[in-house]
Amino acid sequence: MHMADALVSPSVGATMWAASMGLAAYSARRIEPEVAERKVPLMGVMGAFVFAAQMINFTIPVTGSSGHLGGGLILAILLGPHAGFLVMFSILAVQALFFADGGLLALGCNVFNLGFWPCFVIYPLLFKPLVGRQPSRSRILAGSMLGGVLCLQLGAFGVVLETLTSGISELPFGTFVLLMQPIHLAIGIVEGAVTAALVSFVWQARPEVIDLAAGERTGSMPSLKPVLVTLGIVAALTGGVLSWFASAHPDGLEWSMFRTSGSEELAAPADGVHASLAGIQERTAILPDYDFAAAEDAQATPAEEGAAWPAVRAGTSLSGIVGGSLVLLLAGLIGMSLRLLQRSRQPATP
Amino acid sequence: MTRIEAGIGDLDTLDRLAAQDSPIHRLDPRAKVIATALFLLTVVSFSKYDIAGLTPLFLYPAVLLTVGLVPVRVLLRYLLIACPFALLVGVFNPLLDREIVVRWGGLGISGGWLSFGSIVLRFLLTASAVLLLLACTGYVAVCAALGRLGAPHLLTMQFLMLYRFIFILTDEGSRMVRAHGLRSFGAGRTTIRVWGSLAGHLLLRAYDRGLRVHAAMLARGFDGTPRTLRVSRWSLTDTAFVLGCGLFLALVRFGDPVDRLGSWCVGVFR
Amino acid sequence: MSHHIVEVKDLEYSYPDRTPALRGVSFRIEHGEAVGLVGANGAGKSTLLLHLNGCLFPERGTVRIGDYPVTRQTLPQIRRSVGTVFQDPNDQLFMPTVEEDVAFGPINLQLPPEEVEQRVVRSLESTNSLHLRQRPPYRLSGGEKRSVAIAAVLAMSPDILVMDEPTSGLDPRARRRLMDLLAGFTHTKIIASHDLDMILSLCPRTIVLHQGTIAADGPTAAVLADQDLLLRSGLELPLRVQGCPICGRSCGGHPRP
Ligand SMILES: Nc1ncnc2c1ncn2[C@@H]1O[C@H](COP(=O)(O)OP(=O)(O)O)[C@@H](O)[C@H]1O
Ligand SMILES: [Mg+2]
Repeated sequence: MHMADALVSPSVGATMWAASMGLAAYSARRIEPEVAERKVPLMGVMGAFVFAAQMINFTIPVTGSSGHLGGGLILAILLGPHAGFLVMFSILAVQALFFADGGLLALGCNVFNLGFWPCFVIYPLLFKPLVGRQPSRSRILAGSMLGGVLCLQLGAFGVVLETLTSGISELPFGTFVLLMQPIHLAIGIVEGAVTAALVSFVWQARPEVIDLAAGERTGSMPSLKPVLVTLGIVAALTGGVLSWFASAHPDGLEWSMFRTSGSEELAAPADGVHASLAGIQERTAILPDYDFAAAEDAQATPAEEGAAWPAVRAGTSLSGIVGGSLVLLLAGLIGMSLRLLQRSRQPATP
Repeated sequence: MTRIEAGIGDLDTLDRLAAQDSPIHRLDPRAKVIATALFLLTVVSFSKYDIAGLTPLFLYPAVLLTVGLVPVRVLLRYLLIACPFALLVGVFNPLLDREIVVRWGGLGISGGWLSFGSIVLRFLLTASAVLLLLACTGYVAVCAALGRLGAPHLLTMQFLMLYRFIFILTDEGSRMVRAHGLRSFGAGRTTIRVWGSLAGHLLLRAYDRGLRVHAAMLARGFDGTPRTLRVSRWSLTDTAFVLGCGLFLALVRFGDPVDRLGSWCVGVFR
Repeated sequence: MSHHIVEVKDLEYSYPDRTPALRGVSFRIEHGEAVGLVGANGAGKSTLLLHLNGCLFPERGTVRIGDYPVTRQTLPQIRRSVGTVFQDPNDQLFMPTVEEDVAFGPINLQLPPEEVEQRVVRSLESTNSLHLRQRPPYRLSGGEKRSVAIAAVLAMSPDILVMDEPTSGLDPRARRRLMDLLAGFTHTKIIASHDLDMILSLCPRTIVLHQGTIAADGPTAAVLADQDLLLRSGLELPLRVQGCPICGRSCGGHPRP
């Protein structure tokens, strides 16, 4: 479910980072010092709890396989949406850093997929109205189940969109969606069941914990305006990127452009990022120095694609392989000689 | 051992590595964070078929690894554990993209294999860069650096608190699992209901601990404004490091050193 | 100096789930006194201590620290003069390194960085834990954690030191070292503990709590020798006061009743 660095293009990574950081800054600002004073320790502990709870595996009834807690919804329920989002951010960051789930560049995507939906959409729009002021067992069950499923569906769809917009995976849109959504339906049901089990346990054993979390929220519902504005910007940016790809190649979400061009100038980082940031600009101005000729050739005569590609790099493919191997060798040699140098200088390195 | 426990072990290992002393360790954490970010952006900016172009980037982890005194073993272990979601998705590429794009002698290589190879390289590069950042800087210092680079204070505070309590709560969690395991006599099918009660107890304990920590923080004058002491000074070396990395990355990205070297070699041998 | 006095009058408190924890507690502690607070589990010791630093507020009655009553308005002054060492050092050491944890209080007092540094060094030195400075708290032994937790409180230069079961979970040597450390402090001390032997050697005066009320308040030697009182309060004679298990004679310096 985690997006990985290797699948993210710089423009998508940067856009999602901006969105997530924006949401984090907004959330941090929404938690006033008086509340922060009470919430900071709870936030730290609850984040750690999600890790600890992930250690407890359980058997999924029908399949017999095991699952564990994801956490976004439960955090929103127990801490409120703003604090919950920050906690989710920190959990994903630790997972990215130490468990290599995802990666730093993809962190923005992951925070958005797994934090934004539960905290800013599902919790305020679904769970809270449904469970409301007088929680009951069945309401909690319904709210958590539905919430869990929807969170994961939205999150998985986010993964699909981000992966495809990045254009590094070959999976076509339809296939990818059909692959991701059903899997995450199952995971979502589990997540919902687990959330329900946890919330109803806490609600029975110590109702004040949930009451406190609910009551502490100033202004009850997060004002949706800034959230929507952020979301709007993100959507515009992503949309910009999407439409850029789509219109450059009328066959929609089929990223044949990448397959046929293969030239590294195509996704030049600066150009790519700027392009998405200025998504409204004219298409021709987006990549002024890029030559689409090769791609268009290839499209016009798909049969010649095989020939068209080497035309881009034909002269360099052999030299590419030779050069690449040499460079790798060189990098290894440099590393090894540095280490030898160090050993000779300070013999007792641990 | 569960994956989380393994992860906690890794946290420990990385912390120990970060406590060493080397020229890389002595750099300002902010410099290392910036360099890592530049590196990641460079890696992912290559076209998805590019394999050769990525190779010079291995120089960066190679140098950091050696100068920063990080054992190769640790890096490999980390890469191995690293969730291969990327590889999972990438492995479809050879199946879906069968266009032969490179002919080399009698051997035809499809675009799918190229892009798969590229994904693998990207994964290796990005994951090792992140690991090396941590191993040469330490989690706490990275957090502080993020804070000083403009991340919201509440967020950096949360990063620190989370890190602190992961150790305590995972310990509590594993003791609980062990106790449960001992009493379930290996029949150990944890249904969701049992899980709910186990995790629920853990949660309540965590919650109570949160309240106690809160009291302890209040008793020492905490008023909701996170303040930290860390002072690191940005020196000329740091500027040099960032500039050096930037230059190297720009060269690799735009200078096409591989092709040049390759053509030169091929030319020599012809 | 009137401002190191602790005065508690008719203090009552119930937790939100309506557990009555304190039901009318009154005492007065003068400057420089060392007072032991003993009582069975759930007697209300921790609850009482939480009132002394304003973590809890009285439902009825008053708590005064020096010139100030403990209220929301006086919290900054209260927390400056009362230093609390909590029962579980894991709860108290929440920063990533020992150094930062000890600095946490002084930084919140918004002292200048040099002063913070000075206080960190001084308080770590006074608890013999300066060498732990760069270590993360979770990798310390129980005794080390406790020392650091005390250092973190000392760094605030409190006038009054409040401790909740400081010797629980320590091995005999760590306990001994801690007792020597505490004996060296001239602060006003209030120590809640089940470790009656420690109270006996550190605190001239003892208050016995029983189900939220004061069962006794007087010189430690007398209070801890009163077997009936202790049994009624769910406690036992301290070992040093009990007869020697081998020869039957009292080994401590205090006569049996
Ligand atoms: N957070 C709490 N919520 C409800 N009841 C509590 C809480 N903390 C303590 N109590 C109750 O208050 C009483 C006094 O507890 P405490 O002050 O912790 O006792 P001691 O420290 O002497 O063992 C006990 O009956 C205990 O169950
Ligand atoms: Mg207690």
